[in-house]
Amino acid sequence: MADTPKSVIVSPIFANNPIALQILGICSALAVTSSLSVAIVMGVAVSLVTAFSSMFISMIRNQIPNSIRIIVQMTIIASLVIVVDQMLKAYAYETSKQLSVFVGLIITNCIVMGRAEAYAMKNGPVMSFIDGIGNGLGYTVVLLFVGFIRELFGSGSLFGIQILEKINDGGWYLPNGMMLLPPSAFFIIAGFIWLIRTWQPAQNEEAEFKIAPNTQAKEAV
Amino acid sequence: MFEYYLSLLVKAVFVENMALAFFLGMCTFLAVSKKIEAALGLGIAVVVVLVITVPVNNLIYNNLLREGALTWTGMEGAESMDLSFLGYLSYIGVIAAMVQILEMFLDKFVPALYNALGVFLPLITVNCAILGASLFMVERDYNFGESVVYGAGAGIGWALAIVALAGIREKLKYSDVPAGLQGLGITFVTVGLMSLGFMSFSGVQL
Repeated sequence: MADTPKSVIVSPIFANNPIALQILGICSALAVTSSLSVAIVMGVAVSLVTAFSSMFISMIRNQIPNSIRIIVQMTIIASLVIVVDQMLKAYAYETSKQLSVFVGLIITNCIVMGRAEAYAMKNGPVMSFIDGIGNGLGYTVVLLFVGFIRELFGSGSLFGIQILEKINDGGWYLPNGMMLLPPSAFFIIAGFIWLIRTWQPAQNEEAEFKIAPNTQAKEAV
Repeated sequence: MFEYYLSLLVKAVFVENMALAFFLGMCTFLAVSKKIEAALGLGIAVVVVLVITVPVNNLIYNNLLREGALTWTGMEGAESMDLSFLGYLSYIGVIAAMVQILEMFLDKFVPALYNALGVFLPLITVNCAILGASLFMVERDYNFGESVVYGAGAGIGWALAIVALAGIREKLKYSDVPAGLQGLGITFVTVGLMSLGFMSFSGVQL
């Protein structure tokens, strides 16, 4: 794959999605998606942290001694997360309460560390920045997909605006309570992975064991 | 007193299970759950690190970072000093340092366990469950005793979940899964079902 800025930013969205293919950064993807607006804030926060941390790490990548690089990366990421956290507390206090510890957990979000290790340590600052944005977008897409389904079917609303009239309010829609519970996020992400892999079968994983075809009825007798 | 700690422990293990109720440490949870032995090793490592780091972070938060915590230094204006915004940086630093120290300690004195844990120890630094437990400890304002119990409970709960998942996945590899769901997809469905099962603990009153 040629590393043009466009391919770097587009490929993580579907072709090489950090959540669906690389299994990175799932923790927060599941926990913050019960409403769409929170999911958006989280997506933006992660994209910015990934982009800037990749850029800064890439700038000093030739100065970092190899043996302590994890600590250096951690410090940079943690400082950026502190900035994001303080900004959220100042300008979006309600959302930051809803996100609770998950803003802090961006530090250990594997996407950020993963991109720093895999891309920023080998490439220039500008490309690293773009790569960070691209992976952040890939993460945001999954978050939005899950958040959309969970909020629409769980509470019949989008961005807090009622779309489907609930029975309790005299409408016709019976909210699906499970959508608001944590496990639903797993099922939706599983569905998302299935969709992406049906569209791009190259991402399918090989089965470890092949099951023999079913025994024919006449053989079994 | 004893009953209170016991209920805190049970709550941390089952009701507020790190992996299945809060989805913390998911990346390693999904990546290292293919074999029971590996899952068990990682689980033990997580328990050990949590039991150490949560109380240490508790001491740091209460004695250095929280508002007015620096009063004991006798510095001018220390009563109103609030360093809690430095929290993330300190916790992750403590975790990284503790993991490093633990690694050297085990290497020197308990080489058997060190070899068993292998690559999992350094991986733990970036495990969200570890940082998450420290952040929950701060958010809920646990004291020192509570934080020891909470650290142990959170670790045991996480270990339990990953060993259970590894057990299921070892059986699951013989089953006929649709091509697109193979591997990661079916694991998500499995974890979702496990998580539903653990939801039933949430009604437990202690």
